[in-house]
Amino acid sequence: MEKRDVVIVGGGPAGLAAAAELYRKGVKDVLIVEREKTMGGILRQCIHDGFGLTRFGTTLSGPEYAQRFIDEVKEYGIPYMVNATVLNVSPDKVVTVATTEGLRKIQAKAVILTMGCRERTRGALGIPGERPAGVFTAGVAQAYMNLYNRMIGKEVVILGSGDIGMIMARRLTLEGAHVQAVFEIQPIPSGLPRNIEQCLNDYNIPLYLSHTITEIHGNERVTGVTVSEVDEHMKPIPGTEKDYACDTVILSVGLIPENELSIDAGVVLDPRTRGAVVDEYFQTEKEGFFAAGNVLHVHDLVDFVSLEAEKLADGVAKYVAEGVLPECPITIRTDKSVNHTVPQKISGKQDVNVSLRVNRKFENCTVVLKQGGTVIAKKAMKKALPAEMIQIPLKKDALVGTEEIEVSVVC
Amino acid sequence: MGKFDVLVIGGGVVGSAIARELSRYRLTIGVLEKNLDVCYETSGRNSGVVHGGFAYDTGTLKAKLCVEGNRGMGQLSEELGFAFKRCGKVLVGKTAEDFEQLKRTIAQGERNGATNLRLLNKQELHDLIPTAVGEFAMFSENSGIVDPFGCTVALAENAAQNGVTYFFDNEVTAIERGKDDWKITTNHGTYETRWVINSAGLGCGKISDMLGIKGYHVIGSKGDYIILDQRMGELLPMPIYPVPSNTYMGIHVTNTTDGNVIIGPNAETVTDFSYYGVPQRNMDYLAESASEIWPYIKKADYIRNYSGILPKWVDDNGVIQDFKIEIRPELAPNAVNLVGMESPALTAAVPIGRMVVGMIKEYETLEENPSFDPHRKGIIRFSEQDDETKAKLIAEDPDYGELICRCEKVTKAEILQAIHNPLGVHTMVGIKYRTRSMMGRCQGGYCQMRIAKMIEEELGVKPEDIRYARKNSWVFTGEVRKEEA
Repeated sequence: MEKRDVVIVGGGPAGLAAAAELYRKGVKDVLIVEREKTMGGILRQCIHDGFGLTRFGTTLSGPEYAQRFIDEVKEYGIPYMVNATVLNVSPDKVVTVATTEGLRKIQAKAVILTMGCRERTRGALGIPGERPAGVFTAGVAQAYMNLYNRMIGKEVVILGSGDIGMIMARRLTLEGAHVQAVFEIQPIPSGLPRNIEQCLNDYNIPLYLSHTITEIHGNERVTGVTVSEVDEHMKPIPGTEKDYACDTVILSVGLIPENELSIDAGVVLDPRTRGAVVDEYFQTEKEGFFAAGNVLHVHDLVDFVSLEAEKLADGVAKYVAEGVLPECPITIRTDKSVNHTVPQKISGKQDVNVSLRVNRKFENCTVVLKQGGTVIAKKAMKKALPAEMIQIPLKKDALVGTEEIEVSVVC
Repeated sequence: MGKFDVLVIGGGVVGSAIARELSRYRLTIGVLEKNLDVCYETSGRNSGVVHGGFAYDTGTLKAKLCVEGNRGMGQLSEELGFAFKRCGKVLVGKTAEDFEQLKRTIAQGERNGATNLRLLNKQELHDLIPTAVGEFAMFSENSGIVDPFGCTVALAENAAQNGVTYFFDNEVTAIERGKDDWKITTNHGTYETRWVINSAGLGCGKISDMLGIKGYHVIGSKGDYIILDQRMGELLPMPIYPVPSNTYMGIHVTNTTDGNVIIGPNAETVTDFSYYGVPQRNMDYLAESASEIWPYIKKADYIRNYSGILPKWVDDNGVIQDFKIEIRPELAPNAVNLVGMESPALTAAVPIGRMVVGMIKEYETLEENPSFDPHRKGIIRFSEQDDETKAKLIAEDPDYGELICRCEKVTKAEILQAIHNPLGVHTMVGIKYRTRSMMGRCQGGYCQMRIAKMIEEELGVKPEDIRYARKNSWVFTGEVRKEEA
């Protein structure tokens, strides 16, 4: 059987950054497997700008951002396959790939899981009503318009204030559609403040918080939606129903890490992130399996995906060289103010960056990491939003023993 | 619009089974279907359960044809290449009253000719289905599950291969009795035929009236369903039903041939046969009610909901009647009238077809069609093959190596076969029904763009002419930008 030190499942931003960084660290027996015709992942359809400020200090479109990494991978001569779909990764790291040339099996020493995420759908939300044509997730709408040159509707209503939904509100408006409104069930927007400014406010598209679609109408194509206000438990308030005539509904209601392959390989998931439980080396609980990017936890900015994957490359390089990684016995726990952290476990033997998301909006607060009663790291913030990923450096010298760490937000 | 020996109105599972049975004879046969594909209504919107035949009053057509249909389903699925699993099914009970009802059900089933029915105690139930909740149960070993789309499409495609012509987007608007034929008018014109079959499903009352057989009162019984992720299928080896009443099977949980779990249906009487919306309160009710017999229902596993409507013929007191399959020469000569073809018509479709042929044979001699072939080769599903077969398929056709749908692992080769299907259907849902693409947990998030593009390229369809499911279910208004010259 074909053997590789490292097989990378997915040639999107995380996979590409991991591959390039591994090469720089001297790990060259790597294979990237990408199911699309070209590498770049979801960035290929993100033709708006705003990528790269953190990673490159300049603003790029999605394809431009991806191209920088693709160019690196090609320049280094890192092997990659496109049009190649991983069907299965066995628990002993045999990767089965379908290609038009045949079924290929590769034994890897380490497997890097960088499959990204998928969008939450109408069915997963269970939106009541009929099931006509014209209900698209934001990413599907974006793919149709930007990759396939297909216009998907004229009168549009958007459910969910996720970033892609807002970006599509602007895109549809620029292409002549009329976007009537964005409805968000939560009392706060789920996307970034800059997208509310640049994609909604600049185009006079209203955003209604604490509102949701309670019925979709239309037997053939969408003819309209009924929208209701919701109470603090996000239950629709009877009597607040309002009908909107439209032919298109765009859903931007969340992303789900695409971990089907991981589950079959025996990787343990964290129910809070729906990504793998990882340590500071980005190794999952299944030895030799690593994960980074949106398959691990949904990021707000691609720059952080790249940085995380580059960090992962450190751990993978060490694993390939030494065959084992140090134990990570210190677990990181969250209280109810914090949704999750990545990593969930650390060794205590090196400085790490802890990524987290808060569960609700906080103002003038401090994110605190404690061990026992001792504060070991903190970050004061004017504003903490669930839409934004927060990163906190944790110095190894600050740790006091191997007790578990608790993360919370205090105001 | 052409002359026929037989025109079948309605291309559901019953109409298609009748058409296929008729194609065993030298006849010119057409099927008029108002939708753009078979299986858009009741035939595709149900639990997909192959019933044992114990739930119907002894002596009824429902009982007789269901038992026959159950017996023949294995052979049919092999001939036609659709998914069928004789996995058994249980009815779980709790009270002494339930126990008596189950004993009566078994006795009735045995009178109907259903076999392999027995009672299970709590331990036996637990051994059979560790996830089921109940104090005892009735086990019907012969019951099973079928892919209702696959079954209907297979019957229709096999009928088409044996010479039957399907006319889609043909809604019957008028029927007139000529001197010795029928003139059937649709939105596309008038067809002439010696025989007409009313297998219009939800439209059976309307067509019956048009034929001159008036007075059937047909109501709709609408049921909603929730579909759960395939990962949940591991926890459900066979359908679990509550103890039935005389008129209603109750909300059950059913495994599907593709490994999903479906929950439903409730039963609401409706008069609008075109509204398939699912209200929030019904979804909540389904989940709550089904959790009593199978407590593994979580919203995180929902992937879709749907509903279906059963046409029920009721008498003046609202009592649901048996299937009506009749020829009324005094009112409508050379017309076979089928009314109230509700459950178990999916199980019973082929015996119904045979019965219809038998009735026609009482009026004329049918000459056998020597070239009739009962076999149909379905689309080979890549995902269901072992690695060796997968490699072989790719070697024979490289398109089997290109995955289009990631969740259900459907390849380009399968999509191409579905696009060039024998019935000439080219809706997106038509491709979905035939391949399972767009049916998985991402609901087409990854593959629908590719499929729409393949339909455009393979069939030369303009973007604005792509249809999702129904006639006006457009997907695109056109192109975003015209290419610069």
